[in-house]
Amino acid sequence: MGRSFQSLKRDAKADASDKLPCGLAIAGDCATQHFSVAIKGAGYQRGLDVRVFDADYDQVQSLTCDPSSPLYEASPEFILIELCTEKLYARWLGCEWSDRKGFADQVVQEMEGVWNSIRRNSSAIILQCDYPEYDDRVFGEFALKMTDSFIVQLRRINALMGDLASADPRLALIGLSGIQARMGRTAFHDPKLYMTAKMPMTLDALCEAADIVAAVMAAYKGLSKKCVVLDLDNTLWGGVVGDDGLVGIEVGELGTGPAYDALQHWLKELKARGIILAVCSKNDEPVAKEPFEHHPDMVLSLDDIAAFVANWEDKASNIASIRERLNIGIDSMVFVDDNPFERELVKGMLPDVVAPDLPDDPAQYVSFLQGLDLFEATGFSQEDLVRSDRYVAEGKRMQSAACFDSVDEYLKSLDMRARVSPFDAYHAPRIAQLTQRSNQFNLRTRRYTEADIESVMQSESSRGVWFSLTDRFGDHGLVGIAILEERPDGLFVDTLIMSCRVLRRGMEEFIMNAMVEQARSVGASKLIGEYIPTKKNGMVADLYSKMGFVQRSDGLFELDVEDYTGRVTYIKEERDDREGNLPEA
Amino acid sequence: MTEKEIYQKLDEVFQEVFDDDAIHVSPTTVADDIEDWDSLAQIELVLAIEKCFGMQFDMREVTGMANVGEMVAIIQERA
Repeated sequence: MGRSFQSLKRDAKADASDKLPCGLAIAGDCATQHFSVAIKGAGYQRGLDVRVFDADYDQVQSLTCDPSSPLYEASPEFILIELCTEKLYARWLGCEWSDRKGFADQVVQEMEGVWNSIRRNSSAIILQCDYPEYDDRVFGEFALKMTDSFIVQLRRINALMGDLASADPRLALIGLSGIQARMGRTAFHDPKLYMTAKMPMTLDALCEAADIVAAVMAAYKGLSKKCVVLDLDNTLWGGVVGDDGLVGIEVGELGTGPAYDALQHWLKELKARGIILAVCSKNDEPVAKEPFEHHPDMVLSLDDIAAFVANWEDKASNIASIRERLNIGIDSMVFVDDNPFERELVKGMLPDVVAPDLPDDPAQYVSFLQGLDLFEATGFSQEDLVRSDRYVAEGKRMQSAACFDSVDEYLKSLDMRARVSPFDAYHAPRIAQLTQRSNQFNLRTRRYTEADIESVMQSESSRGVWFSLTDRFGDHGLVGIAILEERPDGLFVDTLIMSCRVLRRGMEEFIMNAMVEQARSVGASKLIGEYIPTKKNGMVADLYSKMGFVQRSDGLFELDVEDYTGRVTYIKEERDDREGNLPEA
Repeated sequence: MTEKEIYQKLDEVFQEVFDDDAIHVSPTTVADDIEDWDSLAQIELVLAIEKCFGMQFDMREVTGMANVGEMVAIIQERA
């Protein structure tokens, strides 16, 4: 969707030997050369090695009725027929007024004749383009209530084609009229192109149409998506349930809720059609399930979710385990997550999973996902017939797929840079807010006001530092804070909070290294931590043990600063050169 | 836009359409100078140039331009 002709052309030339072979013949009453290049390119993206036979110009009738015609020689699996509105209109002009009422019936009858010839001479699946609408404005709006106007007859042709096609599972309609409706006539059709080159579509329109043709063929070849794996926070609802709580998340009418409401309704429709829904969320499971169980505005319920995975493991492993559990092809899965970090991880480690780059604005989620044409249906029996094809292709893909071997390799590629800065007046409000709101990665859950934060800044014995992180996706801003207090037995971690968005990418280790450095700088021999359990911070119960702390008899954790060698992380520290000239709040 | 800037951008368009970074066009460049420049490529070129410069060629020009120099003259007039 939305790709340029030049990029499709490049893909059309790419080596597609690891894709599923797919023979296609194209016949039209207009120029189809660009269309065939675009379809080949679009097919490549959808896992197909499209081998195109492009028939001679305007020979649809003669090519289809002759059993020995070159159209059938290559025994194509698909035959695409593109008949253009411009030729249809030329024919209309030659039609007597008295015959115009019956124009649509006559055109469709002939079309059926072509289809029957193909059925007789070949076992190919027919892909028939419908007619993009064109109104000659001869009668103005009055044409809409005439039976013998071109626009009414054209619409009737499209409707009749639908009726006829519904009876034949081996005939698919390609909705050029829908593409034109989405793009607008002037973007879809340029009269100059038709008049000079017999091209009824602009290159932009052609690319959209090619992608739909490729999607339909892929569906017949069994490559349609069968499962949507969903993130939860900021994907299925607005906000972070672990931090904002059940009443704080936005779904339904509240705030950005209507966007998530629309997405959930669309997913529910897909589910009713037979698409499997799964959840993959970085959360504690009971917290993640709470909205499904108790939020009155949730459209999806737990009954709609075939596999529900909520934990703190990396999402690629979780998706792999969902796949195993559901016993479906890895290439039949779509991963929907608002977080580019998670998407890139999954793309890197599971290249066959489609992980679309969701738009930032949740209001655009549904129309964006709809535009990807991932869920083409062909009827169940067709899919059963070609299932074996699919597994063969999958085996091939597994061999060729370039992917990251480990999460580490992915993390290295992220170019992560972090900064350690002392608390400052400018950031005090944000720091206070973080202590108020964070529930999950929060070791002691101490809540502070802005005034409290300012007194930490004045204090001789306490020091506060905040951490920021940048990677190739952009600047994540302030992602963590620590408040450290000098005590006789060492430097005590009064507060340690990190945003869950940056979990499991080495930021925990980076923060730990930075805290040890702080301890050294004040001459403390120990770093001392405490974990105070709450309902929501179970994810950090083991943090100190994992980082090499030893639990003392009083329950606190202790780390020997001198022996500490620094934990491995792929995050580079950026020294704060702005220190001292921060804007005063 | 200066003529030089137009030629710079035009080089990029030609390189993209013909997938060849070595292409540089001059006022006297004609279709025969570039191996793949056939009638199909001509359409792609025209549309890519229209998009790049935010202008439109008219129907006569699509098939009537004799060389790149004529193309540039039209772009200069409209872009």
